[in-house]
Amino acid sequence: MHPDLGAARWRYFEHDADVGVEGVAATAEEAMANAAAATFAIMCPPERIAPDATLTVEFREDDLELALVTWINLLLAHARERGLALGHFVLRRDGDLWRGEASGEPWREGLERGTEVKGATLTSLDVSCRDGHWRARCVVDV
Amino acid sequence: MNLDRLQRIDPWTWTLPKAPGEERGEVRLYGSEPLLASMDDKVLEQIANVAKLPGLVGPAMTMPDAHWGYGFPIGGVAAFDPDAGGIVSAGGVGFDISCGIRCLRTDLTAADLAPAASALADSLFATIPAGVGEEGDIKLSPQALDAVLRGGAQWAVKAGYGHDADLEYIEEHGRIADARPEYVSELAKKRQRGEMGTLGSGNHYLEVQVVDAIHDAEAARAFGLFEGQVVVSIHCGSRGLGHQIGTDFLLSLAKAANRLGLALPDRELACAPIRSAEGQEYIGAMHAAMNCALANRQILAQLTREVFRSLFPGAGLETLADVSHNTCKAEEHVVDGRRRTLYVHRKGATRAFGPDHPALPPRYRAVGQPVIIGGSMGTGSWVLVGTREGEARGFSSASHGAGRAMSRNQALKQWRGRELVDELARRGILIRTKSMRGAAEEAPGAYKDVDLVAEATERAGLARRVAFLRPKVCVKG
Repeated sequence: MHPDLGAARWRYFEHDADVGVEGVAATAEEAMANAAAATFAIMCPPERIAPDATLTVEFREDDLELALVTWINLLLAHARERGLALGHFVLRRDGDLWRGEASGEPWREGLERGTEVKGATLTSLDVSCRDGHWRARCVVDV
Repeated sequence: MNLDRLQRIDPWTWTLPKAPGEERGEVRLYGSEPLLASMDDKVLEQIANVAKLPGLVGPAMTMPDAHWGYGFPIGGVAAFDPDAGGIVSAGGVGFDISCGIRCLRTDLTAADLAPAASALADSLFATIPAGVGEEGDIKLSPQALDAVLRGGAQWAVKAGYGHDADLEYIEEHGRIADARPEYVSELAKKRQRGEMGTLGSGNHYLEVQVVDAIHDAEAARAFGLFEGQVVVSIHCGSRGLGHQIGTDFLLSLAKAANRLGLALPDRELACAPIRSAEGQEYIGAMHAAMNCALANRQILAQLTREVFRSLFPGAGLETLADVSHNTCKAEEHVVDGRRRTLYVHRKGATRAFGPDHPALPPRYRAVGQPVIIGGSMGTGSWVLVGTREGEARGFSSASHGAGRAMSRNQALKQWRGRELVDELARRGILIRTKSMRGAAEEAPGAYKDVDLVAEATERAGLARRVAFLRPKVCVKG
């Protein structure tokens, strides 16, 4: 699978020094989960990651775009804290309360190393619906 | 970048004239016409937005290696007066707080290195934790981590990593005085667990280089550099702790700006007045991250020494310099004949004090501060020296790297990591990495010509070329 296509659930867009990630789906929550998949695929190809460990995050945010940044950044922080490569993502919303779950496995020799993502930025940040498709995008710092 | 909107002051200095009724400070761009033309238009848009921030003193500037960042452009420099409502911006520092370069000079020559280069590459790669998911052996208690955040490289030396002699050649003698670990989130501290003494990935590297040519004999003598000499450059920053502080404050300052009534031209310029509680919290946390980075590079420098001495018993590795790239600190600068304390943001730019600056160690006082422009793993790097005129031209700032010429996505489409590593090996440059994706993203062809950046930096009066370093071994994350 070419990393630009991501089975059409996510893709990358251009940025000089860093990487633009974009998730596409029928709902905002799924698009944001797909944006997280794009982010973590920069660090390790997701098809090689076994869903052996689960990580959950919960946060409150009423701004849809800031929720995307918060979601990705919480995943990055907790994945680093627990030494996990993540490959599978689900996000749910109840008002301004967001609950997310990601699964993966501890880093091991057999996992292909990509490039570390430091954080999601507010650059090119957009969560919006066009023609019935939600897209969630931002630039991540690598 | 479309140069039609710019006005050329001289061949190496450009400005953006204000539109009628436009309220902002001056914008100044340093670089040759081809370098500026190669930049994204976003660089101009971003630095023009910086020029609209409150309390700006002098121009908002870009260095010759500038490229599109977030908030500030990479290669952006701007100074703010706290007594004039000046701000501090998380977007003006970035995620990788205090990312910078430690440079070590050795007493070895290229002839000493040649027969042991492969063994040295393997040993460095085995010793220096590098790349995504890698952890170091140093695990700190919460109390010990707070001591790192207060003590910086001075903590590392006390803990047995290196010598007091290193500290003299590190920015601020290895310790930023007003760090406030209590403003660093628990998540940031947890994220650092296992990351002390690690290199990271992306554009971070540990490179063994040889001095290829000397361009300024007097400065080279002061820096202890000679042709054929082996030097080591370590490029990394404050690791997960700094990334999390950047994350925490990018959002909290973006919200604070609304609360404080700051009209931001772009919310990614997330900032707060320096004198505000929010601004002081960010400065305290960011300076703690600077200490984390200084300690990290001190640890890596000592690990490097130990590897060298296992292969070259008795080899000398002295610190030439250690300067950060992504910072905001209070500095004294003379503006319009008056000495003022300003908070200088350098995002992807290096400090470059000229001769006689009181912050310089006696050894460098007569010539100026060493400045390193790190190039790609296939081309080389430059050592420069800060100039007197750089004070007025750029608040004593200079370029920090070659700057990317193409995105990581484009580089991935153009190069294969394995082929690139093999090609560089045929040219006598030994790459050690766990990430072939990372190697492709960091392909030499993905970067601007470092020679052009160094020349433009000199011609613009920001720093003067001293020596060119050619890579021999590169450990990449």
